[in-house]
Amino acid sequence: MNVRLYVWQRATAALMAPLVFVHIAVIFYATRQGMTAADILSRTHGSIAWAAYYGVFVAAAAVHASIGLRNIMAEWLPVTERRAGRCAIGFGILLAALGLRAVAALVLS
Amino acid sequence: MPETLAELSVSLWRGAQQGRYETYVVPQRESQTVLDVVTFVQRHIDPTLSYRFACRVGVCGSCAMTVNGKPRWTCRTHVSKVADSGRLEIGPLENLPVIKDLTTDMERFFEKWQAAKGVFAPSQTRHDAIVQIRPDTPARRAADAAIECINCGVCYAGCDTVRWNASYLGPAALTRAWTLVNDERDAGNTARLQAVAAAGGCHACHTHQSCQELCPQALNPTAAIAGLKRRTVAAYLKGEIEA
Repeated sequence: MNVRLYVWQRATAALMAPLVFVHIAVIFYATRQGMTAADILSRTHGSIAWAAYYGVFVAAAAVHASIGLRNIMAEWLPVTERRAGRCAIGFGILLAALGLRAVAALVLS
Repeated sequence: MPETLAELSVSLWRGAQQGRYETYVVPQRESQTVLDVVTFVQRHIDPTLSYRFACRVGVCGSCAMTVNGKPRWTCRTHVSKVADSGRLEIGPLENLPVIKDLTTDMERFFEKWQAAKGVFAPSQTRHDAIVQIRPDTPARRAADAAIECINCGVCYAGCDTVRWNASYLGPAALTRAWTLVNDERDAGNTARLQAVAAAGGCHACHTHQSCQELCPQALNPTAAIAGLKRRTVAAYLKGEIEA
């Protein structure tokens, strides 16, 4: 891992730390209030704030996880760093696509 | 003649990269070091045994070997502290090619010192006045903290990241780089930070701290690598170095 990847991984980790905290707090709130999926979706529907919140979360998670996966592959599998990087980019795109699809379902449905 | 206490069962690596452990019986003596044991085998049992040593007092860094699974400086390692039930298993340092028996090829280790720009880059000539260096500045204290490295290779042999990543510079080379980064007389920091910020540099470290635990000089390479991480990130964000 070079300094550029290190900075991206640490920066996305720092960004996700408060996002995870809020995410868990929301889960506790929703379950304690006995909210159904329909109740939650009615509140998130059309919300630019929730779309931005989880959109940033998904983007940060995709970058962070793919850099980590790249390092694991480069150290543990018989592949070059270049090949590990390509696989990690593919994984990051997949993660981002799945996450953004979920965000779209949250605010557009 | 030191008092003989008992007998030691000593397994020594014989051969090159491919080889096997062979067992010898060596008399156990008071204040006996692991290097004494190896020397006894070569002088009294098998003169073809190859190993490396020089000073025998923990200065030269030549005699490091794997002793009962851990890399150690053998001249300062007492048998009584490491021999479990009178048994010793002594092999060559790990993470380095074996030349023969207990002798490893250190070339890769020292090449990485060069790759990490571990050579002092003078900022003045012999015609300039001698620079006064205050010993109590934070930078000088950081430089002094790691300056006693004896290049024994124990940290390199004990490093998991070196084992997994052949391009990783390793704790010793990075500690040397950190010493020079903090030396105000040195003029090579941009190139040095560039070198240690590349793939295989300080950011490859997983902070397992084996180097800190195993260093016979009680240095802290993990802290030096953490310092390099901070310094390279700052230089990268300022645009002084490239990824």
